Amino acid sequence: MAELSEKMATNVQTERNASAVQIGLLVVAVGCLAAAPLFLYPIFLMKLLCFALFACAFNLLLGYTGLLSFGHATFFGGAAYFTAHAVKEWGVTPEIGILIGVAGASLLGLVVGFFAIRRQGIYFAMITLALGQMFYFFCLQAGFTHGEDGIQSVPRGHLFGVIDLNQPTNMYYFVLAVFLIGIAIIWRFINSPFGMILKSIRENEQRAISLGYSVRNYKLGAFVMSAALTGLAGGVKALVFQFATLTDVGWQMSGEVILMTLLGGIGTLIGPIVGAGLVVTLQNYLATSDFPVTIITGIVFMACVLLFRRGIVGEFYASKLGKKLGF
Amino acid sequence: MQALFGQLLIGLINGSFYALLSLGLAVIFGLLRVINFAHGAQYMLGAFVAFLLLQYAGIGYWAALIVAPVIVGLLGAVIERTMLSRLYNLDPLYGLLFTFGLALTIEGTFRYLYGASGQPYAPPPLLSGGTNLGFMFLPNYRGWVVVVSLLACLGTWLLIEKTKLGSYLRAATENPVLVQAFGVNVPLLLTFTYALGAGLAAFAGVLAAPVYQVSPLMGTNLIIVVFAVVVVGGMGSIMGAILTGYMLGIAEGLTKVFYPEASNIVIFVIMAIVLLLRPAGLFGRDA
Repeated sequence: MAELSEKMATNVQTERNASAVQIGLLVVAVGCLAAAPLFLYPIFLMKLLCFALFACAFNLLLGYTGLLSFGHATFFGGAAYFTAHAVKEWGVTPEIGILIGVAGASLLGLVVGFFAIRRQGIYFAMITLALGQMFYFFCLQAGFTHGEDGIQSVPRGHLFGVIDLNQPTNMYYFVLAVFLIGIAIIWRFINSPFGMILKSIRENEQRAISLGYSVRNYKLGAFVMSAALTGLAGGVKALVFQFATLTDVGWQMSGEVILMTLLGGIGTLIGPIVGAGLVVTLQNYLATSDFPVTIITGIVFMACVLLFRRGIVGEFYASKLGKKLGF
Repeated sequence: MQALFGQLLIGLINGSFYALLSLGLAVIFGLLRVINFAHGAQYMLGAFVAFLLLQYAGIGYWAALIVAPVIVGLLGAVIERTMLSRLYNLDPLYGLLFTFGLALTIEGTFRYLYGASGQPYAPPPLLSGGTNLGFMFLPNYRGWVVVVSLLACLGTWLLIEKTKLGSYLRAATENPVLVQAFGVNVPLLLTFTYALGAGLAAFAGVLAAPVYQVSPLMGTNLIIVVFAVVVVGGMGSIMGAILTGYMLGIAEGLTKVFYPEASNIVIFVIMAIVLLLRPAGLFGRDA
């Protein structure tokens, strides 16, 4: 008896140690991000943060609800267009512009989600892909997107009318703040009762239905939530690069975000961040050579599916060291 | 009037390719439970193999119509045997992701080697020129495409619905374990099916080479439209896939006459409407 309680005490102790380690890691990670612009090119870092948030928002759907969307570029690129248009043509402040982007992406998410959740599994993927392509053609022809040219020279403006975002340092910390807020929202969301129900739908949809949950509404809710956060990333990206183009709404972009999530680890909170970091670094590295990124992307895709489906972070969690650290 | 018939013909030709490709997708999905994202890349490969055969070996259109699908089919068999077959016990989404990666790799490679621009491929001399039908001018090659793809669709339908091999395929779709217990080599059947689907896509690619230009990206946008066709038709029936392909091709052609701005998206709009009214698809059996 005494032995048992002693054992339990050590267990509790390990768990405490593990969560202390995790909090420690979190503090170190945020510290690194805050200090990063001293060592790395700010535009590169901001791009990385935007894509990391994009991938995390996407993972909300794939990892926690089990829905593979092949059309998330719609929300990313769509929000980039909305934000760019609002900031440039209507002259609103950056935070209002981003909110307009988020609202637009949520609305698009509501429409696409409404159609897509009528089918499951691979049909869901094909429907989102087709509707994404439809939105691409819309952007190609609509007036406000300026077709092939895109919306160029978008002003970054002054945050709340006060902080000048043309200062690279100000812009970087603004993007970092948005990123951290986005991740916090996602973390809160997946640990809420709503998030738990989503996981139950992922594990066994029929059972969730028989327990009385209106699965459709939950799926649609998750879809809109994911689209909104994707829109947040897209809107910020438009301000970082000061343009919005067709590249952001193409199916290749939807494929890229899937790769980031798959590579990092589907269904883990930080996996997509790691995946986004690797993919963006790779693109940056290959941008100067004429070797096409798509070949590498394709091979990494196949290797991931065949060899490590849990992704880098997922495999780490499943390894001995990961278990020891309490993941 | 001329414009109407002209666009109807183009619609019929596009419809032929939609039908051939969605048929191949349906055949592969029926047995393997894999959505073959590489279908567009295999279609492109068919066209490119025909182009390269002519360029480097002097092998013309008629031989290429047989040789190219066989080469692409064999490549498909190798991929199925070595890689795709490892994914059957997993969620079908992994098959989709794997073939997506495969498509990116193939297309990226060809784009690297041959550039993004298209290469012309002349129709065979026998089919050059055209015929005046009174109400319209019909280029002979386009008439041939419509006829031969219709024959290929019917041939595949007969193979699956009326032959012994087809009955094995259909039985293995219903219950692979039981069919294997009866002594049928199901893994071989799976390999054959994937090769057949890839070969059909390549066949469509060779047919398309003289109509469109041979380019590394010719398959990508097409496959997304074909996915929409598949969602409309449902993958439960072979005939359904064929009919839906032709219907949507013609619908697209008609839209080009009456409201050209929407011709790019009309198939996606039809898909959305079908999802509202009949979520399982026009010919679908699964809910």
